Amino acid sequence: MSAGLKVVRAGLFDTLQDLGRTGFMALGMPTAGAMDRIGLSLANALAGNPANTAGLEIGVMGPDLLVEADSVRIALVGPLSPALIDGPDAAPKPLDSDRSHLLKRGQVLRVGMIEGASTAYLAVAGGFDLPAFMGSLSTYSRAGIGGFDGRKLAAGDLLPLAKAAVPAGNERRIAQPFDYGSGPLRVVWGPQEDYFSEEGRRTFVEAEYRVSKEADRMGIRFEGPTIAHAKSVDNGGADIISDGIAPGAIQVPGAGLPIVLLADRQTVGGYPKIATVASVDLPRLGRLLPGQTVRFAAITVEEAETLRRDQDSRLQRAIAAFVVARPPGGIDLARLYEENLIDGVVFDSP
Amino acid sequence: MSVRYLSCGDTAFTVEFGNEISPEINGRVMALHAAIGLARGAGEISGVIETVPTMRSLMVTYDPLATSRADLQPKVDALIARGLPADAGSRQVTVPCCYDDPEFAPDLADVAERTKKTPEEVIAAHLASPFKVYVLGFMPGLAYVAGLDQALFLPRRSQPRVRVPRSSVAIAMDMTTIYPFESPGGWHLIGRTPLWMFDKRREQPVFLSPGDSLAFERIDRRRFDRIAGEVEAGTFDWASLVKSK
Repeated sequence: MSAGLKVVRAGLFDTLQDLGRTGFMALGMPTAGAMDRIGLSLANALAGNPANTAGLEIGVMGPDLLVEADSVRIALVGPLSPALIDGPDAAPKPLDSDRSHLLKRGQVLRVGMIEGASTAYLAVAGGFDLPAFMGSLSTYSRAGIGGFDGRKLAAGDLLPLAKAAVPAGNERRIAQPFDYGSGPLRVVWGPQEDYFSEEGRRTFVEAEYRVSKEADRMGIRFEGPTIAHAKSVDNGGADIISDGIAPGAIQVPGAGLPIVLLADRQTVGGYPKIATVASVDLPRLGRLLPGQTVRFAAITVEEAETLRRDQDSRLQRAIAAFVVARPPGGIDLARLYEENLIDGVVFDSP
Repeated sequence: MSVRYLSCGDTAFTVEFGNEISPEINGRVMALHAAIGLARGAGEISGVIETVPTMRSLMVTYDPLATSRADLQPKVDALIARGLPADAGSRQVTVPCCYDDPEFAPDLADVAERTKKTPEEVIAAHLASPFKVYVLGFMPGLAYVAGLDQALFLPRRSQPRVRVPRSSVAIAMDMTTIYPFESPGGWHLIGRTPLWMFDKRREQPVFLSPGDSLAFERIDRRRFDRIAGEVEAGTFDWASLVKSK
């Protein structure tokens, strides 16, 4: 029997994602990929994987997963309250997020609800044993491609693991929560800021916008004051000859409300784009929930590039600073059960 | 002819060759798309992730951890200044189309009436149009193909269909298209091809590429069914439809 994680109860919108399917936008293929690249990168690093390994992106509420492998090392990243169930009649025991765990055959991981964010990540050591499509495992569900059968997970799915068992060892955790930043979302004007009146541009950077219920992997529709186009909408003021859409592009159709386009965005579009969210703040966007509010602040391309490089340095430092996860009392129970027949009680090194 | 550089955040910029749809402008877009590909292959440009051609512009996406706008834009500018080759490496593609079955062509009679032609004249005009794939987008494999005979220009349907079958051949404005998936759509359906514009089983899942010259070939229902069977089974010889120019 092949090793896997069996979905015994599906979450709301769980898809496999890596860092995206690049190189095929010219053929109309959206990149898809993780909504929060930082969360996926941290989960992969905790599991000992390269950053671009596909992990499970959990949307709002995660699945219950039965371990059908001798052992599997998982890492959960995000504001979750997961639980582990040891057997059919066992009570759920709380499990910490932002660290790795070694799970055994027959255990059920209940990922549960995400608190205060829309996305969280689960990585498995060695990754999932699934075929890449056009070079990537990212799920693009509108075309039914990538990931697990091109769709979100459903009860009964068996996610095949690349490794049937992993050696016991020190589990690792994040030393302190990664700082995603706060304050306004940083944006760069353009590509079509000249399609908006001066007043429209001022509204965009001065007003507060609320995430509407129409928010998914394709984009977020905001509610708030309308942004005035330079020319009347009846006169083509909200139409351009379609051009390429970068991640974080903020298009403003005739109705005047901004839509920010994210991982599953279409490759080209015909609405003018007032500004583009700087890549440093895309992970924050990817975690927003309906009802949350944002403001936008304009910076230059050079500032955006510098911020992104600084953020990547911080991410690399956070990964280098992972600490050994020490359970309460200093005894690693998983290792104790595994190794005390040979070595006696195992304590984690500090 | 000067170009404009438009900012798309810190991971992309757009090179805009003009604000109109014309073969000359699209030719320059496709030439820069090809030139950047060659320059990347030769190691003259690094940090570019991909380039996205549209009818009048090329979006260049890059990794801000590997390069910068200040480094990249002058290199792109130098490629343009060096002179762009015309019509670089384009292909001639034939797409078989069955116009005869009313199920495939529910709008043919309406198009004929509105353009004051017979259905046969509409088909002849579609077959004679010098089509060129300008851009793919909206959904994977959906091609916007320009070059439609002017006599067939019509606005989109006032009432879009909720479901257009996969592989429907449609016209609207100055373009034709082929639906890669069953989807909503507002174009006029005048035929159907047995080909799938997107087939995830194929090594190259998307059949058409930007820059392709395209002509339709009229087939009857019997030939349609035969090709459709081969496409379904994965045995169809796709290469027989493509010639390099």
